[in-house]
Amino acid sequence: MKGKRVGLNGDTAVAFAAKQANVDVVSAYPITPQTIIVETLAKYINNGELDAAFIPVESEHSALSAAVGASLAGARVFTATASQGLALMYEILWIAAGMRTTIVMALGNRAFSPNINIHCSHDDAYAARDTGWIQFFAENVQEAYDLTLQAFKVSEDHRVLFPSIINLDGFILTHSLEGLYVLDDKTVEEFLPPKKPYNPIDPEAPKTYGPLDLYDWYMEHKKLQDYHFNNNVPPVIKEVFEEYAEISGRRYTPVKTMGVEDADIGIMILGSSAGSVRHVVRQLREKGKKVGVISLTQYRPFPKKELVEAVKNLQVLAVMDRSISFGSPGAQLYMDVASTLYNAKHRPLLFNVIYGLGGRDLTPVHIEGVVEKAEEVLKKGEVEEEQIWVGLKE
Amino acid sequence: MEAKPIKTLKDIPRVEQFAPGHRLCAGCGIPQVVRFTLKAVPDPKVVVNATGCLEVATTIFPYTSWKVPWVHNAFENAAATASGVEAAIKMLEKKYGKKRYKVIVFGGDGGTFDIGFQALSGMLERGHDIMYICYDNEAYMNTGIQRSGATPKGAHTTTSPAGKVIPGKQEKKKDLIRIAIAHGIKYAATMNPAYPVDMYNKIVKAANTPGPTVLHYFTPCPTGWYFDPSRSIEVARLAVQTRIWPLYEYDNGKIRITVPVKKPKPVEDYFKLQGRFRHLLRPENRWLLEEIKRDIEENWKELERLAEVYK
Repeated sequence: MKGKRVGLNGDTAVAFAAKQANVDVVSAYPITPQTIIVETLAKYINNGELDAAFIPVESEHSALSAAVGASLAGARVFTATASQGLALMYEILWIAAGMRTTIVMALGNRAFSPNINIHCSHDDAYAARDTGWIQFFAENVQEAYDLTLQAFKVSEDHRVLFPSIINLDGFILTHSLEGLYVLDDKTVEEFLPPKKPYNPIDPEAPKTYGPLDLYDWYMEHKKLQDYHFNNNVPPVIKEVFEEYAEISGRRYTPVKTMGVEDADIGIMILGSSAGSVRHVVRQLREKGKKVGVISLTQYRPFPKKELVEAVKNLQVLAVMDRSISFGSPGAQLYMDVASTLYNAKHRPLLFNVIYGLGGRDLTPVHIEGVVEKAEEVLKKGEVEEEQIWVGLKE
Repeated sequence: MEAKPIKTLKDIPRVEQFAPGHRLCAGCGIPQVVRFTLKAVPDPKVVVNATGCLEVATTIFPYTSWKVPWVHNAFENAAATASGVEAAIKMLEKKYGKKRYKVIVFGGDGGTFDIGFQALSGMLERGHDIMYICYDNEAYMNTGIQRSGATPKGAHTTTSPAGKVIPGKQEKKKDLIRIAIAHGIKYAATMNPAYPVDMYNKIVKAANTPGPTVLHYFTPCPTGWYFDPSRSIEVARLAVQTRIWPLYEYDNGKIRITVPVKKPKPVEDYFKLQGRFRHLLRPENRWLLEEIKRDIEENWKELERLAEVYK
């Protein structure tokens, strides 16, 4: 591990990363649980520690709209939001991606209303899944810091030019103090020199940004966007992960696995709970149970190949979602996994586990319950109950 | 570089940064404010445009009428998008020595009075150096003539139809300029294409005023108001001469009526030219016509009073 050991919560770690990234514009609206990010950045700016414009916008919709304008003007732009704020931004999420801005946004994951809750669910991250944003999931505060720095590098790469979201679980990560290693400013500056904007607004070379695009061209433009997103983004992410590993000693991979090589049963999960699952699974493995864990650092573009590879020895896979998709064949991650594996040479039996909605704790007992359920499926060789909920009151 | 005022129409620069071939309707007043603005505001500049008639008619891919950088984000967020551009270029100038440019917003009445109102208020309150120009055709013309907060009382629109029981829109138009002034900005004015020198010089003043400014432009709409496109300027002129559309400005604490109307023409002259008002001239709607006349008179008196107080 390289860098200095400090104690920060998720919000301040992300804000510190944005400061080290030397952002030019911060456009944000206070919405719990990301508020501390905005407050910290405002403090950096007003104390002269960061030379950036802070736009204290009047809504989340305007936060992202202003970020789009600033990014097109050539600035390195950061914003942050959560749940309802993301929902209000929704229209502009598509525009930010389609106009190929390089905004980096921290998303303090939290449940959608009603009822108003403020605690962790992944509703907001999933709501953004179709919009063309790159999405990373942080498992702890260290990852939130590291991924924020790496996201700027990925988004601003001229082969990419797509905005990024760093998901960090609301309160569980945003408000928890953790020890982490931070890089020194000089190392970050070398890793992340000032943004070289691609076709920024320039009166010397006037361009029309965001024209009317009817049936004669719209489809080709969407095809191109999709092609670039699927084909250009993953290799750049890998390159950036590699470069970051060299300067930090911390190596990231799109898919994180533990024990899947020899396991029959796998548990797949996103965000901070991956650590809890790994802890329980480690104990179960000591008792001789053949269980493995899969989590994603890169959620969009969805790492299909890596997932197919990760599950190739599994017989049963429990896909855990901290959200629900009303009336859908399953919750959001489950649908991604099921459709990824449908045409794979080998696919394990799948079932979906709903957990942790609105900040409900996921305890070791719940995780053991999921493994027991998977063992039943393994024994029967079929899935009788495709979706189960854990942690519900009886 | 300072923008320069003019004395007569002959003084207007010949340079054109708004290309012909766009799809705005015959008789539409929007191109005039765009051309004048691009002529009056010195380079370098950038235009941010809300969704609306101007946006859809001038940028049908792969064509564009704009010879200056032009940005369209969405319907309600032109002021917010422009805020981002303005904040960015100021910071990029400070940090990296990049050249700053003037930011101009064009929004229709829907994108300004209604859906974009909050973003506009935020932009004004934060004091961004942006010229905001509302081209007001008094309804959602691009989507098919639906009523907006800028539609005048009595007007027929597709969502305030002149029916047997309810004869057109029953509510008054919002007062955009007074709302803008209430934010503490330095310059705001109304404009009308029938008074081009007055209009040009107001654009010049706004361009030379640092911080946010608001210009409210009356744009006749033959398609949505149901009149002969060849009579556009006549309709626009009558709006001023009937005192329905007062031409005035707020300039750093002072309010001035820039085109005094000593002897107003009858409002019927204005109404009878336009299909959207024709029902007001029927005997059964006389009560509404009288109410509208009272409103116009009160509004003018109030403006005269303000012009006296803020001399």
